[in-house]
Order: sequence, then structure tokens, then C-alpha cells
Amino acid sequence: MNFVTRSIFELQETTLMTARAVAGLFRGPRYISETITQMDVIGVGSLTIILLTGFFTGGVMTLQTFPTLAFYGQGAQTGKLVAISLIRELGPVLCALMVCGRVGSAIAAELGSMTASQQIDAMRALGTDPIKKLVAPRLIALIVTLPLLTVVADVVGIGGGGIAATSLYGLSINAFVTSVRDGITADDIIGGVIKPVCFAVIIASVACYKGLTTEGGTVGVGRSTTRAVVTASIVVIIADFFLARALQYLLGMPTN
Amino acid sequence: MSISPTQSELYPSGQVSRNAAGSTFAEVDDSHRIIPAIEFRDVVLAFDERVVLNKLSFKVLKGETKIILGGSGGGKSTIIKLVLGLLKPDEGRILVDGEDITDYNEVQMMTVRKKIGMVFQEGALFDSLSVYDNVAYRLHEQGRPEDEVEPEVRRMLRFVNLEDAIDKMPAELSGGMRRRVGIARALIGDPKIVLFDEPTAGLDPPTARTICELAMKLRDLEDVSSIFVTHEMNNLEYLCSEYAVVNEEGQVVFEREGERLCLTNSKVMMMKDGKIIFSGTDETLRKAEDPYIQRFLRGH
Repeated sequence: MNFVTRSIFELQETTLMTARAVAGLFRGPRYISETITQMDVIGVGSLTIILLTGFFTGGVMTLQTFPTLAFYGQGAQTGKLVAISLIRELGPVLCALMVCGRVGSAIAAELGSMTASQQIDAMRALGTDPIKKLVAPRLIALIVTLPLLTVVADVVGIGGGGIAATSLYGLSINAFVTSVRDGITADDIIGGVIKPVCFAVIIASVACYKGLTTEGGTVGVGRSTTRAVVTASIVVIIADFFLARALQYLLGMPTN
Repeated sequence: MSISPTQSELYPSGQVSRNAAGSTFAEVDDSHRIIPAIEFRDVVLAFDERVVLNKLSFKVLKGETKIILGGSGGGKSTIIKLVLGLLKPDEGRILVDGEDITDYNEVQMMTVRKKIGMVFQEGALFDSLSVYDNVAYRLHEQGRPEDEVEPEVRRMLRFVNLEDAIDKMPAELSGGMRRRVGIARALIGDPKIVLFDEPTAGLDPPTARTICELAMKLRDLEDVSSIFVTHEMNNLEYLCSEYAVVNEEGQVVFEREGERLCLTNSKVMMMKDGKIIFSGTDETLRKAEDPYIQRFLRGH
């Protein structure tokens, strides 16, 4: 199989697996405790890196943009720029990439190890559907937690931007907050939550598929993990472009 | 098979129930035994250009142990995966307990798999679950209450002499213990058919002997039909020349064929390059003139 054929085949198989996972949610058994455990592992476990990423991204945005805006006499608009950039783009994408690195790799490695050690075969032999038991809880956990983590990153990032603006450039906190409130709209927030839902589906699907199709023992597990992170990260960035364009039309945002 | 709570009680120190002991000698109704437990009819399976199974046909009768011998890559483990529906054949039919499962989808196969216990080569225990949770897995999935699950799990762990390890994690177990937990997990759903995929590979001889004794107990005392995939000749020796009986004290003992007028219910099948090159008893296998079989038996 050449690269194009293999990519189309993998897209088809990943989509079918995700569809089966979603269809499985409507019939028993339901693995609620596993889903909650995954939410804890994915959501709570990723909180620290998301807080750090969000805070310093907001801070560095202020650091890079305030001098230019101040040159044009618009230093007070820094909050608006930071907030819009974070909520529309940087929050969802950076969160997705961080979670992809931390959680996507863990999912692919865990499922890959289970496949290599015949635990997936054992699960099927014992009458359990691995897609319902392993894929669906991870998919749901990511769909629920990634938007929440993104919101946290947005808020902390705006906070980081505010602290940088007040402490480094002497901008009053009131001016920064007013600028943020004037700058963002409900559509920005809706768009900023829709994106992580889509990214969550991408990360969970790619990581689970790569893990479940692991071949070649422990070497194969390493290969699957790398491929899962690389593929999911690239797909997230590509999907971001098309989502941004689609949201511009759907939410009536300015397109030119 | 008589390992459900209503049919038998398994006791420590290798003892089995009076019911199970009785089943060794009692007259049984044979009418249902006409239907083979497992049947392959002209099964063909290929991965890309490589033919793994080529027009394979055989039967495993009720209560019989079919020992499948052959070198690595000969298609032995593939047979087990086909029985479980983990793989689908390209041609031919597969019947389990008279039921044609060839075209079953994953949901239909879940019902069939409840009749089958599977012992994997390395045990394939779930790393994140304790021994108790591994053995109880099938019952937990069925939503059985904990007060029903625990006695069943303890009974099965007694059967494999591992009740002391109930709270351990798989990482704390030796290779032989992992296999025995795997056997306990395979038996917990009261399966009529048990599939062994090289269960003694890499084990020391006494532990390998213990695994074979468990298979003999299932065959002779519990009337389980099984496929025993192996390439180790001592497995063949044990399974074909000894049988399990319960003595007057209620203890399970293993007697060699010939000590009484009794034939072990084991058949041997040898595979090479996806084809059956021998099918019969161990005595006829040893007399076979095929150079590959002779080399396999001699070990060089």
C-alpha cells in the first residue's frame, strides 16, 4: 500500500471505529466508572500543564504585542488582542497539542501494550467489546474535559496577559479588563468551545486506533505512540484551519 | 462440564466434588455427544499472498482433547483465533457446538464466546487488575452481584491452587502462576470448550506438568472439550498417557494408561504450512514415517 492508499484506509478504519464507539453508547453495558476514571486521568491529570501553558502564553502575548500597540497609541487594547487570540485560536490549539502529547501518547501506549500482550484478544475472548470498554470511555472523557481545559487555559492566559501588562508595562488592571470585555463576544466563546470538541474526537480516535492496531511487540508500541502523537497533532492543526473558516460562516464572524 | 456451583464443589489440595468424581465412572446419556464441540470444514485463510490454513478440516468431539502440534508459524494459534471469531476464514465453515459461526458478527460472537474459555500463551492477564478482578472479569461484565462472584473466584483459584494469590497484581506473579490464573479466568464462565494456546511455553518442567494436569482434570473429571496447541513433546506425553481419576479418599490422582483398562480421550493433529499432515493417536504418530514428524518427535 502506498502512502495515499494507506492514509485513506486508516481514515476509513478510524472513522468506523469512532462510529462504533458512538453507536455503542446507546446500548449496554455502559462503562460509566471507566469514563469517570478517564476524565480524572485526562482532565485533572492535564490541569497542571494546561495552567502553565495558558498562563505563560498569555504573558508572552502581552510581552510581544504591547510595545507595538503602544507605538500606535493603542496599548490599552492589549487585553482585547490577547483575549481574542487566546479564545479563538491559541487556547484550543495549544490545549489540544498539549493534551495530544500527554494523553494521546498515553492512550496509544496503553492500548498498544494491551494489544501486544494479547490483552485485547483476551478481552474479546471473555465477551467484552474493546471498543465499548476502552475506546468509548476515552472518547467521551476527552470530549468532556478538553473544552473545560481550554476554558481554563483561556482564563488563566488572559490572567497571565493581565499580570504581564500591569507589572511590566504599568497598564492599569481596569484598562486591561475593560479591553478584554469589549473585545470578546459570545460567538468567540462558542467557537472556542466547539473547536476543542472536534479536537477531542480527533485525538481520541487517532490514539485509540493507533494503539489497537499495534504490531510488532514492544518496538511496535513505541512506533504506534509516536505515530499517534504526530498524526493527531498534524490533523488538529489542519482541522483548525477548516474549523476556523467554517465557524466564520456559521457564527457570522467577519471573513474579510 | 460440571464446574458450575450446582454441579460441583472444588476443594483445596486437588480434591474435586463427589459429583465430578462420579462423572468419571457413571453412565452418561450420549445422544448430545454426536454433535462435535468444534468442527472445521475446508477452512482456508490467507494473509495477503501467504496461505496460513489450506483446506483445513477436523472435528473435536465432546469431552475430547485435541492436541495440535507443529512448528512455529504453522497456523496452530490461528485455529484458536478462528474458533473464537477473532479472525474470519476466507473460505470454509466453522461450527462450534453444532452452530455455524462463520458469518457471525461481533455481537453474535459474544454469545458464542461465553461457551468458550481461552488460555493464552503468556496468560494475557489484565495488568491493571488484581488476580481476583482478573478471574472475576467475566462475571463482573455480566453484572453478577459481588456475593455471587467471590465464592466462584475462590473456587476457581482453589482449582488451580492459587487462592493465596487472590489479592496480588499480575506483575507480582511468576510465569507459571500467571498461566494458572489465566486458566482460572478461562474456566470461570462455566465454558464447555477450553482452548489452550501454548500454555506451557517457557515454563520449567514441573510447572508445565501442573498445567497439563489441570488440562487432564478438565478432560477426565469435568468433561470439557479442548484444543491444546503446543510444540512441546512432554505435553503430548502427559496428555496422551495419563488420566485423572478420583480415588476413594476423594483425592485427584493421575494414573498411567494401562494401569486400568482405560484410554485417554486425547487425539493428536500435526500441522505443517497450514495443512494437517497427521491426525490420530499418539501411538500412530510415533509410528509415522513422515520425515518431518520423525524430526519433530526426535527434536533434531
